[in-house]
Formats: sequence, structure tokens, C-alpha cells
Amino acid sequence: MTLVADTPPGQVIAPPTPPPAPTSAERWRLRGPLLPALVFTLALTQIPFLMTLFFSIRRWNLLSGGDQGFNWGHNYVDTATDPIFWKSILNTVLITGVSTVLCIAIGLLIAMALNHSFPGRGIARTLAITPFFAMPVAVTLFWRSAMFDPTFGLFGFLSRSVGLPAVSWLSDYPLLALVVLLTWRFTPFGLLIMLAGLQGAPQDQLEAAQVDGAGPFSRFRFITLPHLRPFIELAALLLAMNLIQTFGEIALLSAGGPAYATTNITYYIYLKAFNAFDFGFASALGVVALVLTIALVSPVLRLLSGIFQSEGRR
Amino acid sequence: MRFSLPRRRATRLTAGLAAASLAVVPLAACTTDGSGAGTAPGGTVTINVALAANPQMKTAESLISDFEAKNPGIKVKFTTLPENDLRPAVTKDVATNAGQFDVAMVGAYEVPIWAQKGWLVPLDDYVAKDTAWDAADLTTPIKDVVSGQDGKLYGAPFYGSSSFLFYRKDLAKKAGVTISQTPTWDEVQAAAAKMDDKADGVSGLCLRGLPGWGQNLAAITTVINTYGGRWFDESWNPQLTSPETEQAVQFYVDSLRKYGQPDAAKDGWEGCLQQMSQGKTAMWYDDTVFAGSVIDQATPEVKDNLGFAMAPTGPSGKASGWLWSWGLGITKSSKNADASWKFISWVTSKDYIKLAGEKAGWDSIPPGSRKSTYEIPEYKQAAASYADLTLKSINAATPKAPTVKPVPYTGVQYVQIPEFVDIGDYTSQQIAGAIAGTQSVSEALQKSQDYTTKAVKTAGLLK
Repeated sequence: MTLVADTPPGQVIAPPTPPPAPTSAERWRLRGPLLPALVFTLALTQIPFLMTLFFSIRRWNLLSGGDQGFNWGHNYVDTATDPIFWKSILNTVLITGVSTVLCIAIGLLIAMALNHSFPGRGIARTLAITPFFAMPVAVTLFWRSAMFDPTFGLFGFLSRSVGLPAVSWLSDYPLLALVVLLTWRFTPFGLLIMLAGLQGAPQDQLEAAQVDGAGPFSRFRFITLPHLRPFIELAALLLAMNLIQTFGEIALLSAGGPAYATTNITYYIYLKAFNAFDFGFASALGVVALVLTIALVSPVLRLLSGIFQSEGRR
Repeated sequence: MRFSLPRRRATRLTAGLAAASLAVVPLAACTTDGSGAGTAPGGTVTINVALAANPQMKTAESLISDFEAKNPGIKVKFTTLPENDLRPAVTKDVATNAGQFDVAMVGAYEVPIWAQKGWLVPLDDYVAKDTAWDAADLTTPIKDVVSGQDGKLYGAPFYGSSSFLFYRKDLAKKAGVTISQTPTWDEVQAAAAKMDDKADGVSGLCLRGLPGWGQNLAAITTVINTYGGRWFDESWNPQLTSPETEQAVQFYVDSLRKYGQPDAAKDGWEGCLQQMSQGKTAMWYDDTVFAGSVIDQATPEVKDNLGFAMAPTGPSGKASGWLWSWGLGITKSSKNADASWKFISWVTSKDYIKLAGEKAGWDSIPPGSRKSTYEIPEYKQAAASYADLTLKSINAATPKAPTVKPVPYTGVQYVQIPEFVDIGDYTSQQIAGAIAGTQSVSEALQKSQDYTTKAVKTAGLLK
């Protein structure tokens, strides 16, 4: 029983009655306006998915044979026994994982530098985030011919100018070259989120710690970093979602080669579907890749959502 | 893409750049837009034309007002796509009978396959009626390569090309070597060894290393042919691990690794075109159609010293310049076949070649398709260093008997079966690995042999 100050003495307020359960018609009145969006989403996501499932159990190569028909699990057996498929999965994990970690680490370092005020900070910030807004195709062609190329590129020029032979990046370290390019392109994204996190860092705690004699490293380790944790996790999730779909960079940098060294799952499905026109096999590849992605990502998502909940209580 | 990605035979870097910009949205090519076709109320017919975004085609697009002035009832709507995107877009359109395009640009590899599937309309009846088009003037090998197995013409050739050797006369002289007009691969390698000058940043030769059945594999397959190798024996047993094939691929990889451009596994024709025109390499083996492009883009020093020679031959003595053509075909689903032929007739005619030469410059005409092109005085003068050799190379190509030993397929630098795209891409990836040095040539070929065996078994070719 709760007494409220302005109620007349002796009068007891009844506990609030729950609102009457809405009638069916009312429920539909509330849901109705959402339906078009729902139908739109379902049509654009679920129908293609069901079609993919359907294609994946069929023999359907646009160019050869011509006879379509069910071959049931055959495409899936081919997928499971295809060494290039597993290589592309491994490449996808490596490309996504390493680039994500690097983007966040480098992004955090630059964000910490940019978080201090110094003359020209506005210009520095703009320059730091520019790579993210450059077109991926333009970026890739630029890196390919103006950076990595041993003859015409900057790296080749630099190593020659100190008397070393130029490195053949795309022959000798193709995967590393791709990661370098992706990291360059996506670091500004990590930087933006880290910068937002740093700007919301608890200044009072940081000052108190400084007064108590904590050094810069301790302040970072015990105050800034715990504060940044949800930001880092969010950046990791969003970056991984972007990086897992890498396509243009691979197509243009190395055409997935040499010997499939830079082929990720997206590019491999493209090769099978739109180069070899084997839609049945490509659909099966897509389905298996989806299952693997869900298996890998859902534990991460569960972990993240748990953290976000505990964040509210902190 | 096919890139690219995939076949890239366009003639300038710009096409590669454009290809690049669309390669990121391969699925965009999937939209089926049937609008725009058909007869408008005013009696005007609109035909939809799908073209590859190569410079010669761009020129055609810019000169279309000439066609529309001559044919008042017909409007032409172009869809110009980079090669790597053109192929999926048009294949999907004709295979599913969607009817988006009336006229499609189809490569030499696809024409007979598509003709057999009934995706293209035979052009013989139109050709017979249209005497001004003059079918007898077409260069014979090019005409053959865009005809079906039934002997009918399915693609009107827009341009045709073969492969030959580009070299720098000044560098050859400096190194004390002479390149004959009909060199052998051994001579080319020896010359490359002498002209290779790493200290000066000039490689001995430039060859395609980039994976793709239309990239490194086109060049490698011609070398395999000259060494007496072949893709398949008469009963479709893959021959990739045969001694001749292995020797040829080993030669190609060794030449590139010892005297080739640095980081060779990343260069397709685009990369070599840049190397050659910027004076970074002494020799280049590639498509005849790039002769104009090199001269166009070359530094003055390179421009004055360019020499050309026939495609090198190997130990077997077999000449193996490749053969390629972009043809224009009428799709089965077109409702405006007559108007479509009028457009094709215009753009592949002798008059068009003259028009392009006069309006856009003699570098930008579509070469190789017609004999009469090589009798135009202005063109003979503008292309003096390579025109005759181009024609000679085209006439020397033997797509119907590409190898020393008999084979069940046609095609010099490809195998004309639908499965070749897949097999070829796989093999080209593996060989690119050997060029990059991550695996040996015999490993690469063994993997390719296994993959190819499986593919031709699945296709029902190999029993």
C-alpha cells in the first residue's frame, strides 16, 4: 500500500489495474501500419532464401547440359569435399579476423591522439576518416598500381631508395596485402567509434585517479579501457559484418589468386554463380556458408547482448 | 571483373577501370528490365543493344547519330557493360529468354555454344539480302570463329584479333640481339635474358600472370600448343600432366620468374600494356588489338622504337597465334529482328570503319574483321608498323586444328565446351600459384588434371 502525500488522509489508492487486454480488432489496428514493412522485408529476404534452398538441391548449370532436375544432396557433397571451398572459408576467417583486430587497435591509437586538442585537429580528423569515404574500387586500383606495384608503386620506390629489392606484394604476400588494404580502408570506421567512446570517458574519475597518483598507463588500463569495452565490441561487430562481405577489393586486387590465396567465400560464390554459371552448386555454397556464419556469429552475438545488459546495471 | 575478372580482352586501361567499378555489384546485372523494347505509337522501333565497354565500342556509341539519321524509324538504346559483367548479363538474359536485349555482343568462345542452344538467330538470310554488307569481304578465320557448328553465321564480326609479339627495337639493339619476324620461344627467352635489366627497372619480357581463363591461360594455352601439348586427347582424357604440356608451362613460368615483370601474378593484359607503354619491359606477347593502344599511350621513346613479330613457335614447330572476335548477334527473344539487323549491318560495315576512322581517328577503328580495312590508304599509313602483321597473324591462326596431335575441340587459346570457363579458371589459378612461387608447376598441373578429369566426367564427355 502506498500513501501519496496529496491524497486525502485515510484514502487508500488501489493498485493500478492492468489495462484491459486489447481486443483482436484493436491488436490488428495497432499492427496494421507495420504490415507493409513486414511484408516487404519478408519478400526481399525470405523468398530469395527459399529460392536459394530450392536451387541448392537442383542440377542447374546455365551453360552445360541444359537438363535441370533434382540431384538432392549432390551439391552439398560437392561443397563439403571441395578443398577450395574450405580454403575460402579459412581465408574469410583470416581476412575478417585480422582486419577487424587491426582496425580497432590502430583506430584506438589514432583516436587517442585525436582526442587531445592541438592546432589543426579538425583537419587531422577529417584526413583520418577520409579513407572510409573513398570508393572501394578507386581505393583498390590505387593501392594496386600506386602502392603495391613493384615498378610503379610507392612501396617499391621506398625499398629501392634504401637499396633493398622491391617486394612483390601480390605474388609473395597476397593475403597480407589484402589485409593491409582493408585495414587502411576500415580503420577510420573503428576510429570514429573509438573517438565517440573516448569523448564520453568519465573525466571526473580520470582526474581523481590522477590526483591519487595513477600514471597514464594505469589510467588507460583501469578506467578508459573498461569504459571503452562496449564501444570496442560494437565496432568489432560492425567491422566484422562489413569485412566478411569483402568482394570488390579481391576482384580487383588479385582476382582471388594466386592459387585462390585471396579468395574468400563471397568471391568464390561469385565465381561459381556468375562465371561458371553453376547456380545449383553456388546456391549450396551459399547455404553452407550461411550455416557456418550463423554458427560462428551467434555465440558472439549472445556474448555481446549479455554485455550490453550488464552495461545497464553498471 | 572476370575483374574478372574472367575474360578481359578490352583494349585500354579505361575499360579495366570501368570493369572494376561494376564488378562490385555483380548482382546488379541480374535485374531483368524488359522495358524499352517494342514498337512505340509513332512507328518508332527501339532496339536494345548490349555492348562490351571497349574503346572501339565506345566509338560506335558516339557515332550512332549517323545510323539514326539513315534509319529514321529506329532508335538504339545501348547498355554498355564491362566485359566481365556483359557476359553474365547477356547469358542470363538469353538463357532465361527474358528478352531484355535485341542485339548482344558475343565473344568467339560463346558464339558456337550459344548457337547450338538456339539462343541466337542465324544471320545468313539477312546477309544474303543485304548485299552492300558484303560477306565476302570478311576475313575468313574471323568469319569462321563467329559461325556455329552448322556453318551459319551467328555473330557479325565487329573486330577480330590474333596474338603477336611486341618488342623494343632500341633495347634489342643495345643488348645485341635481333628478333626475327618469326621467332621461336627459345629465341624470345634468350633475348629476354639479354635485355633484362633489373638495375634499370626494365624486365626482359612481360607475360600475363593474372588468374582467369581469358587472362594468363589464353597466353599459356598457345604456348602449350607450340610445345606439342593439348588440353584433351580424342576421347576427352585431360592431358595437363603430359610431358609436352608440363614442359610448356614450366617454360612459361620460368621465363616469367627469371626475366619477367616483377610481381607477375597480378598482371593481366592491362598491367602488361602499362609496362610496355611506359618502357618498363622489352617484349610483350599479347593481342594484336593492343598495338594501337600501346602506340596511343606510349612515351615518345617507346613509340619510336616499337617492333612487332609473329607469335613465337615452340619445339613442335606449330604456330599458335590465337584468334578472337567480338561479334554482334540477334537474340532469339528479340521482337525486332529486322531493325536489329539494320543496326548490326551498319556498325559492322565498311562504311562504318571509314566513318570511325575519319571522325574518331584511325587508332580507334575496329580492326581485323574485314579485308578491305587493310586497303584503306589512311589506315595503312596510320597503322603501318602492325597492320599487315595483324592480318597475317589472323590468317595464320588455326582454331579448327589448334594442336599438333588431334583434339576433339576447337579453339586456339580456349576449349570450346561450356565447362571450360570453370576448368580454365581453376587451372589459371593454380598456374598463377606457380608463377607466384607458392607451388611447383607439376603440383599446379596435377591439381588441374584432377579437377578437369572430374569436370569432364560430370559433363558426360569422358566416359
